[in-house]
Amino acid sequence: MTGIADLPVWAAIIVCLLVLAGSLFSLIGAIGMVRLPEFYQRLHAPGLATSGAVILVCLGSGLCFALLEGRWIVHEVLIIIFTVLTTPITLMLLGKASLYRDRTEGNDVPAKTVPGPSIADAAANRLPELPTE
Amino acid sequence: MRYWFPFPLLTLGLLVMWIVMTRSASTANLLLGILLSVPAAWAMVNLEPLKSRVRGPGAMVRLAGNVVTDLTLSNMKVARSILRSLRRPPRSGFATVHLTLKDENGLALLACILTATPGTAWLSFDRRSGTLLLHILDLDDSEDWPTIIRDRYEKPLLEIFR
Repeated sequence: MTGIADLPVWAAIIVCLLVLAGSLFSLIGAIGMVRLPEFYQRLHAPGLATSGAVILVCLGSGLCFALLEGRWIVHEVLIIIFTVLTTPITLMLLGKASLYRDRTEGNDVPAKTVPGPSIADAAANRLPELPTE
Repeated sequence: MRYWFPFPLLTLGLLVMWIVMTRSASTANLLLGILLSVPAAWAMVNLEPLKSRVRGPGAMVRLAGNVVTDLTLSNMKVARSILRSLRRPPRSGFATVHLTLKDENGLALLACILTATPGTAWLSFDRRSGTLLLHILDLDDSEDWPTIIRDRYEKPLLEIFR
């Protein structure tokens, strides 16, 4: 194990900035989790921690240990890949559960069965695509 | 051979991952890696994964470029929205997108992309009509979400998972 003091100054600055920026994103995500008023809005807050924060902290960690120990940054890349792959599952479960509850209670959410494209969507987006097909 | 090693590439990949992660290629570690990676492939058989043919390296590069750009921008945008929400809450709402993408793996990748870019949350997808319901944190009148998702993500995905 090599001491952290062996890190060159330029690398130390970059690593610090990356890790601090990542932590800042994580903190903002946590603030959003507490302060945003609606459930669906709060669904977005942890997204900051699972995308921006994880990537920045892992980049910082990868750079630090690649220079100190000369090892590959496989661990960090794997952490990023598995976080990105697994987050949608939790998010979809939470979103669907909340949607189901809101529909049962008759709250103001989009209805379940949308028979074909909605008129607004069809007018705005569907028609211009036809000539290319 | 196929019976014992149903997904040879997956088994090999897991074994390589194990050795690189533990940073030791001793015989004992190799055996332990085989002991973990071979049963993992057997478990995969029960999940019945769908095989998709992946092609179009140009579309892959284009998609990766779009994702990296949007990931950076959306992270900063959501951070700003949250900080601003301390004073007044953001104007959020739902958006429906009609997708022509049918491939399961392509849809899974799209879900990963939409989740990795904060500000868009995948709520539900109706397989029959191909309707995707999204929640958008900060609805901006200048942004047309169905068009953004179709042009930036769905088009390259359709080329990749043809």
